[in-house]
Amino acid sequence: MGADAPMVRKATLGPPKSTVRWSLATLVLLLIFAASPAAGAWGAEVIHREQSLYQTILVVRRGDLLCLQFSTRQERRNQSCRDETDPNRLVFGYTRMMLAALLLNPEPERIFMAGLGGGSLVVALTDLLPEATIDVVEIDPAVVDVARRFFEFDPGSRTRVIVRDARVFAKRALREGASYDLILLDAYGGDYIPEHLMTAEFLEEVGELLAPGGVVVANTFAHSQLYDHESVTYRRVFGPFYNLKRNDSDNRIVLAMNDSLPPKELLTSNANRWRGAMRPLGVPVASYPRALTTRIDWDRDKRALTDQYSPANLLRERPR
Amino acid sequence: MNAPSHPDAAARPANEQSPSLAKAPTVTVLAFAGGFVIMSLELLGGRMLAPWFGSSIYVWGSIITVFMLALALGYLVGGRLSLHGPTLTRFAVIFLGAGCILGPLALAAEPITTWVFDRIHDPRYGSLVAALALFVAPTVVLGMISPYSVSLLVRVREESGKVAGTLYFVSTIGSALGTLATSFYFVLWFEVNNIIITLSATLLALGVAAVALDRMGMHGR
Repeated sequence: MGADAPMVRKATLGPPKSTVRWSLATLVLLLIFAASPAAGAWGAEVIHREQSLYQTILVVRRGDLLCLQFSTRQERRNQSCRDETDPNRLVFGYTRMMLAALLLNPEPERIFMAGLGGGSLVVALTDLLPEATIDVVEIDPAVVDVARRFFEFDPGSRTRVIVRDARVFAKRALREGASYDLILLDAYGGDYIPEHLMTAEFLEEVGELLAPGGVVVANTFAHSQLYDHESVTYRRVFGPFYNLKRNDSDNRIVLAMNDSLPPKELLTSNANRWRGAMRPLGVPVASYPRALTTRIDWDRDKRALTDQYSPANLLRERPR
Repeated sequence: MNAPSHPDAAARPANEQSPSLAKAPTVTVLAFAGGFVIMSLELLGGRMLAPWFGSSIYVWGSIITVFMLALALGYLVGGRLSLHGPTLTRFAVIFLGAGCILGPLALAAEPITTWVFDRIHDPRYGSLVAALALFVAPTVVLGMISPYSVSLLVRVREESGKVAGTLYFVSTIGSALGTLATSFYFVLWFEVNNIIITLSATLLALGVAAVALDRMGMHGR
């Protein structure tokens, strides 16, 4: 996920002897560092490293980017990055793509977001929708601390940050009669996928939490057999949904509603409406209506994920 | 575990004087199965509680606590029961009982867990109470297996340690395999409830088989 920063070169031209020695020492140190568990952050500076109850949390600087990683493994360091020269810009494709939800429902007032990450998406939403109230549910208190300490995550009074399992929160919210116009599911990063947040029963609870016209948008997997199983599951719960995949992202975004999906013309007019506001965030919103598709490109015979059957972490290891 | 019938009949109850040749292997297989089922069930417990209480460390804490408490109680009860003329048939009744409790658990889990969720808001205590409600009964009964199996195979005091060690070995290997098979394969192939019903059916089948073997042993004398 995300492009690799170039390796830092620690070489000098025609150096005096002491410089050579220092360079060698630096090289040795770099090699030791590369062999360390932080090797995933090769060529970058690790600002903060923490083993929380749920994951390894790394805060890494790469040039102007300050990034949050939930894994030391190269291929799955689900990042949330902040460009310090342009803090508004949404650095990663999937965060931009999730804002496509505003094409389906342009004026959500109550928002529920599962998974905080670095908080960039929450900040973008508070900028775009200053009147909206946002409930951010994050299981890991260490992530909330890191977002506040390193990513200047300081949302206004209309945002509540709740440290809880998203499934527990959703079930409780349902019993308290809560409803939301927009639900964002971004809790699937890192080394371990919470399997109880991928099941049809959970999505049914999410669907019941949606107000009329409400949208659920999920950042999920574009590869492995999990893609098929997940697609079958969303289809079973919501019927046809919009799928969004881009070349610059390994993720795919699911956009689903209880109601029938709005036609492309409406998406286009909503895109025109949001175009100006999303430009500073770097969101190519005008290109999204064409990219959204309900086409079935998955194996329809795969089993839906349920509370009874949800081996998501095993399926993720299986190539399609 | 080789306990061929050898003639130290003086210290044995009447019906144990010449136990069937199949007894030691039967008890051993049953002990293995008991260990297997306990850990398979414990792992599935995490799956059953996650939709209500999440899968955080305290949910696992609740489950493991409840299994340990229930096993402790089961050891105590099983040991006491073994004082009253242990027979293979009575041993088999433990399996029949565990099987009878385990099967309905698959159906009762959801309403019970919902009931707890509606009343206890803290997921730590919610998961603890739900785990108590779901897993104490089957695990107490499964816990009786170990001490009872020891009493069936111990003939003289000198070998009691060896017999107990061998049976713990077998049942703990069963636990290890139950853990591995469930987490690596069963959850990938089957639904949680189907696994539980299969475990229950296995316990019942083993119980019936043990009763049958005990009868054949007695009649074929």
